[in-house]
Amino acid sequence: MTDTIPDTAATEQLSTAPTAPAPTARMNVALRAWRQLTSMRTALLLLSLLALAAVPGTLLPQRGLNPVKVAAYFSAHPHLAPLMDKLSLFDVFAAPWFAAIYLLLFVSLIGCLVPRIRLHTRALRRPPPPAPRHLLRLATSTQWSADAPPPVVTEQTVAALRSSHWRVLVRDEADGAVAVAAEKGYLRETGNLVFHVALLVLLVGIALGGLFGYKGTVLVTTGDGFANVQSSYDVFSPSRLFADSQLPPFSFTLRHFSATYQPGGEPKSFDALVDYRKTPDASPKPFHISPNNPLSVDGTDVYLVGHGYSLRIQVRDPHGNLVYDKATPFLPDDAMFTSHGVVKVPDGLSHQLGLTGFFYPTYGATPLGAQSVYPAPDDPTLDLAAWQGDLGLSSGRPQSVYTLPVAQLANVGTTQLVPGKTWRLKDGATVTFVGVQDWATFQIAHDPGTKLVLVGAVLVIAGLLASLRVRRRRFWLRATPVESADGSRRTVVTAGGLARSDADGNAVEFDRLVNRLKD
Amino acid sequence: MAPNVHLAHVSDLLFTWTVFIYAVAMLGYAAEFAFARLARARGDAPTRSVRLGQSAVALTVVGWGLHAASVATRGFAAHRVPWGNMYEFSTMVSLVAVTVFLVLLLRQPVRFLGAFVMAPVVLYLGLAGTVLYVPAGPLQPVLNSYWIKIHVVAAITASGTFMVSGVITLLYLMKSWLERRAAAVSLGPGTAAAVELRQPSTGVRDGARAMVDGLARWLPSSERLDRLAYQVIGFAFPVWTFAIIAGAIWAKYAWSRYWGWDPKETWSFITWVVYAAYLHARATAGWRGRRAAYLSLLGFGCLMVDYYVVNTVITGLHSYAGVN
Repeated sequence: MTDTIPDTAATEQLSTAPTAPAPTARMNVALRAWRQLTSMRTALLLLSLLALAAVPGTLLPQRGLNPVKVAAYFSAHPHLAPLMDKLSLFDVFAAPWFAAIYLLLFVSLIGCLVPRIRLHTRALRRPPPPAPRHLLRLATSTQWSADAPPPVVTEQTVAALRSSHWRVLVRDEADGAVAVAAEKGYLRETGNLVFHVALLVLLVGIALGGLFGYKGTVLVTTGDGFANVQSSYDVFSPSRLFADSQLPPFSFTLRHFSATYQPGGEPKSFDALVDYRKTPDASPKPFHISPNNPLSVDGTDVYLVGHGYSLRIQVRDPHGNLVYDKATPFLPDDAMFTSHGVVKVPDGLSHQLGLTGFFYPTYGATPLGAQSVYPAPDDPTLDLAAWQGDLGLSSGRPQSVYTLPVAQLANVGTTQLVPGKTWRLKDGATVTFVGVQDWATFQIAHDPGTKLVLVGAVLVIAGLLASLRVRRRRFWLRATPVESADGSRRTVVTAGGLARSDADGNAVEFDRLVNRLKD
Repeated sequence: MAPNVHLAHVSDLLFTWTVFIYAVAMLGYAAEFAFARLARARGDAPTRSVRLGQSAVALTVVGWGLHAASVATRGFAAHRVPWGNMYEFSTMVSLVAVTVFLVLLLRQPVRFLGAFVMAPVVLYLGLAGTVLYVPAGPLQPVLNSYWIKIHVVAAITASGTFMVSGVITLLYLMKSWLERRAAAVSLGPGTAAAVELRQPSTGVRDGARAMVDGLARWLPSSERLDRLAYQVIGFAFPVWTFAIIAGAIWAKYAWSRYWGWDPKETWSFITWVVYAAYLHARATAGWRGRRAAYLSLLGFGCLMVDYYVVNTVITGLHSYAGVN
């Protein structure tokens, strides 16, 4: 593109959008706006805007990534945050202005692509343009004389060009001259078009996922199961056009979970062994879900995203009757799995009983207080506090299973337990720390657009490679008969080459071609 | 398996030698430039400077060998691919940058790039060896996938290549400025006088001007630099695209979605868009040349943000740096 091209026949544009005639006064405003929108300059502007618009999405907390941080931002900036929220600054990638930029970009792209596809399909069928009159004015050109008559020279040229896959056309000119016109590298523009169409395919694929996909998370303690219905999820986010009937009827049971760690406590491996059924009637099959290895059932994938400990706790009334026996998930607070959890026993005792606890898989006493010193349950210890009073479960207000309204309860004692130990409360009720089990959280996701996105991505790469690696170039050769003073007939051969895209490598190719013809 | 401490030590030793030899090579390229100027001033043939330049290339090749050996021993020491944290990633990126320079050198006369490529490479390695260094150790479980070979290698290759294109683009801008300056002077005696008047002649200024003048002669035409930069980006851009796509596929396996606007993903996307804008600018009248070059530099800036700022300042899913 840096070449200066003297010949008008050759100065047609190539890798920029087709030039339209300058807008005239008669042309209506809409058409002019359309021209403006589909111009390369606008595309350039929109690309820059798109890049710029994405930046706040990485500097400000985003709801989609970390809602907790967004909430923290709100409490830190109580006046500014609501204003920013109105501008969708905490949902940048779902913001109307972000969508406006990329939709405009894609409209501009379509407007640019349609005429170019038309032009290119036409160019693919059209013969190479005739040789310019002054071939020697081209950037790469040469002249020599040959003994063979013009038709023989051109015949050899055509053979040489065809063997290296040039598109060739021979034209007879005035005064017995014969001209060969050849062109190569149509794949460049084909690749360019494929690349841009593939971007549209990508967009459609992404939209499909956004409209029909779903995802959710669920926490499962070893021994427990999960059935794929919406009510089984802890968190479920369906897309706009999601319907319940889309959920494939699979289920699984978490048979075993194992985690291994480095001596310093850094995680080494996670593995969740599940028994899953495709349908309620199918026989169960085992599968190991681990990071990078999701379970895939009927287009829905089950990922292992977290783990922790569930503590099996039994509560008995003063007469020894079992009133509570459950494995309660405790949520980890640090990398060593110091965890907290709550047990609520609303029925079976004279007062409602609540327990709040801190669990240390490997107990360690530090100057700052007790904390876990290793993530594996090597020395499991549970610090418990017992509370009596109205747990507030009948108030009808939704309450988290991980919190207890301790302000309205009376503390009736604290203790430290290891597995197998029992704690007797003042009123005679007992609390037993039976043992430790693992829990795992699974993310279950379905995105019907994934395959289309993958196809688009592959086409993006293929198109890009062709459009950046292939050179489009033209070659002309003219053989003109001349009669020298002594009456012998000779042929003057003039050849010229023209790079229609990048000039790199063109001169080398031209020289090689010409040398082959001269021999 | 525990890391092989002895082998890790060998890797560190090779690393130190690599930096030292690269630094000497960089001085060699700079000396070639200086001696070429002297020879030109005296009207001699630049035999000595050429010899210096060739020795610098030889040293670069030796350094490259040590560099590659340092990377390999690191991998063997840790029993895994040697690009699992920021220290290793930086080391690999500079290895790619030197490789790209050497490959270019095989095909075209680009020795003039020597000092300009080695300078950021030495800087990069220096940063890696001091600030980012972590001892050899195992990978986080989520990195344990064959995609680390595909996605990360592509990202490293593209980054190292973009580094070279960034250097060439800077040289292009410098040369194009020098060319415009020369054109202004050659407009006529009046212009020349005006330029003279604006620049009072002092010893330091003269020295600086002679240096700038020498640089103008040393560098090839801005047109060639522009094409060279385009050539290098033309290689790096598809590789970067592939890195993003491979990352998306891996993310689908590891994090249950192929794209989630994680800061790393977003900055990779921004980098991609800016380089895409560069490619479009190069084909747009009025944007060709310097404006396109600024876009390319901006793209490299985004890549650096993607790498250094996202890894260390912004927390996201790609927090594998191991430095905190």
